[in-house]
Amino acid sequence: MGLLYGLIAVGLALIFGLMDVVNFAHGEFLMIAMYVSFFLFTFFAIDPLLSAPLVAAALFVFGAVVYLLVVRFAMRAKANAGMVQIFSTFGLAIVMRGLAQFFFTPDYRSVPHSWLGGKTISIAGIFLPEPQLMGALVSILAFAGLYLFIHRTDFGRALEATREDPGAVALVGIDKNRVFALGWGLGAALVGLAGAIMASFFYIYPDVGASFALIAYVTVALGGFGSVFGAFAGGIIVGLVEATTALVLPPSLKSVGIYAVYLLVVFIRPRGLFGQM
Amino acid sequence: MDKHFTARRRRDLIIAAVLAGLAALAPLFIKDVYIQNILILTLMYAALSQSWNILSGYCGQISLGHALYFGIGAYTTELLFTKFGVLPWFGMLAGGAVAAVIAMGLGYPFFRLRGHYFVIATIVIAEIGLLLFQNWDWAGAAMGITVQVRGDSWLKFQFMRSKLPYFYFALALCCLAWFVTWWLEDSKWGFWWRAVKDNPEAAESLGVVVFNSKMGAAAVSAFLVAIGGAFYAQFLAYIDPESVMGFQFSLLMALPAVLGGIGTLWGPVLGATILIPMTELTRSYIGGSGRGVDLIVYGALIVAISLALPQGLVSLFSRAKAKGATR
Repeated sequence: MGLLYGLIAVGLALIFGLMDVVNFAHGEFLMIAMYVSFFLFTFFAIDPLLSAPLVAAALFVFGAVVYLLVVRFAMRAKANAGMVQIFSTFGLAIVMRGLAQFFFTPDYRSVPHSWLGGKTISIAGIFLPEPQLMGALVSILAFAGLYLFIHRTDFGRALEATREDPGAVALVGIDKNRVFALGWGLGAALVGLAGAIMASFFYIYPDVGASFALIAYVTVALGGFGSVFGAFAGGIIVGLVEATTALVLPPSLKSVGIYAVYLLVVFIRPRGLFGQM
Repeated sequence: MDKHFTARRRRDLIIAAVLAGLAALAPLFIKDVYIQNILILTLMYAALSQSWNILSGYCGQISLGHALYFGIGAYTTELLFTKFGVLPWFGMLAGGAVAAVIAMGLGYPFFRLRGHYFVIATIVIAEIGLLLFQNWDWAGAAMGITVQVRGDSWLKFQFMRSKLPYFYFALALCCLAWFVTWWLEDSKWGFWWRAVKDNPEAAESLGVVVFNSKMGAAAVSAFLVAIGGAFYAQFLAYIDPESVMGFQFSLLMALPAVLGGIGTLWGPVLGATILIPMTELTRSYIGGSGRGVDLIVYGALIVAISLALPQGLVSLFSRAKAKGATR
């Protein structure tokens, strides 16, 4: 579960690291991904595991479009820049939730009998649910891929460079908007991956994103904004804390542990564990 | 400039008095209970947003966890009333005091955080409060508290037959929040807050006690919001954790100020006057289908206004005339 949180969070971390914008519609991106995965299963009988790349591709396009239609303008605001970003992405989240309710109704849906759903595997006497295990595996691969991508490819370097000095980058002929749009697409694609995997073991409904979004913000902030590795580490910590809290407190209070650990960490290190500056 | 400033402040006060007077007469013409209900909510949100604006707008510490103080105000009042029979008037003040103390207590660690770390910390703390109240059996847990009906009286602050007393209280609260903002705007605190918002380091070097001024803003802001919470609890006669402490409340408090103009005297009032009736009307006319059309319209509007007018609707008024007379 922790790695999955990490995967949800890493897209957010990427977008933030790229341009200092917190996407308050991140949970809704996840929700959309789960629905895409659900419909691919219902209409084309494609297992969520197989559709994950398709979902990621769809979300990539979606993320880039959102950047071009909304975020691009939010970043131009000179006054109250922080507020404009928060409220424009938040307004977007409300619209997306409304649209989901309109088209898909507020009903709870789930993907029945997927390949992995409900199966468990026994490793050294510990029973682990297969979907979660697969989620962890995909997350690790995605992290590794992202890490290599950022540090080894031209586009990755362009992302980093644009983050550091958008002005200078323009001088060498890199289109800032294109880089940012691709960055948003990439961030959204990662959530798409997470959503597709989660669709096989989670109920899908218009508000599902909200419950994960806050944990994703906490995960990113815990690791430190601007650090992809931080989001990975944050995810693992959040997963462990959640599991530990569940042993001590009633299930309804399990997130309290996560929140408390976040507060504790930022009080000691206001920049998060691996945050820069 | 000083002269302009004093003149403008006097003008603001006169406009406010006239508006309050007109608002007080409104129930003479508006007998429809549904509309009265909308007016009450509008006034309440204007008051809440004005209070939120003190910490987040003037002092620049963006809080998305003010639902915590709202909930504390509501719960303190109702727990004291239903469990110990303490009159809501005292409960209200107690709630305000508790909220202010908590806000200052949280200020110690929180005000060291910057930017998004601060915003997330405020969301997180309100969420913890919500979860704790949902699991607190003595306070009714997730079921909440139903306020006993003890008849219409100003003493018990309960009115079943008419909504007008609530209307006048909400109006008074709104005036109070506005007046406190107006008064603080020109005080030492007001100048400190703006300095802290613009550049904390520079403010510190000029002798502004940054930390104390944030604490002051947090306390005033939380106190007023808690009074609003107490009012809301008496008005609905029923509270549960999700409906008084949920994240959506923190946002509903911030939105009027954001739309009207953050860190301005008139922004919250203007924002609430437009936003709240719109929310209520879209909800009842197109939201009835339960298919979320109201959400789509509402969300799209938030996106549009925040992108098109980053300084809020107030900037439409000031842009035309205040070319030279800035401050």
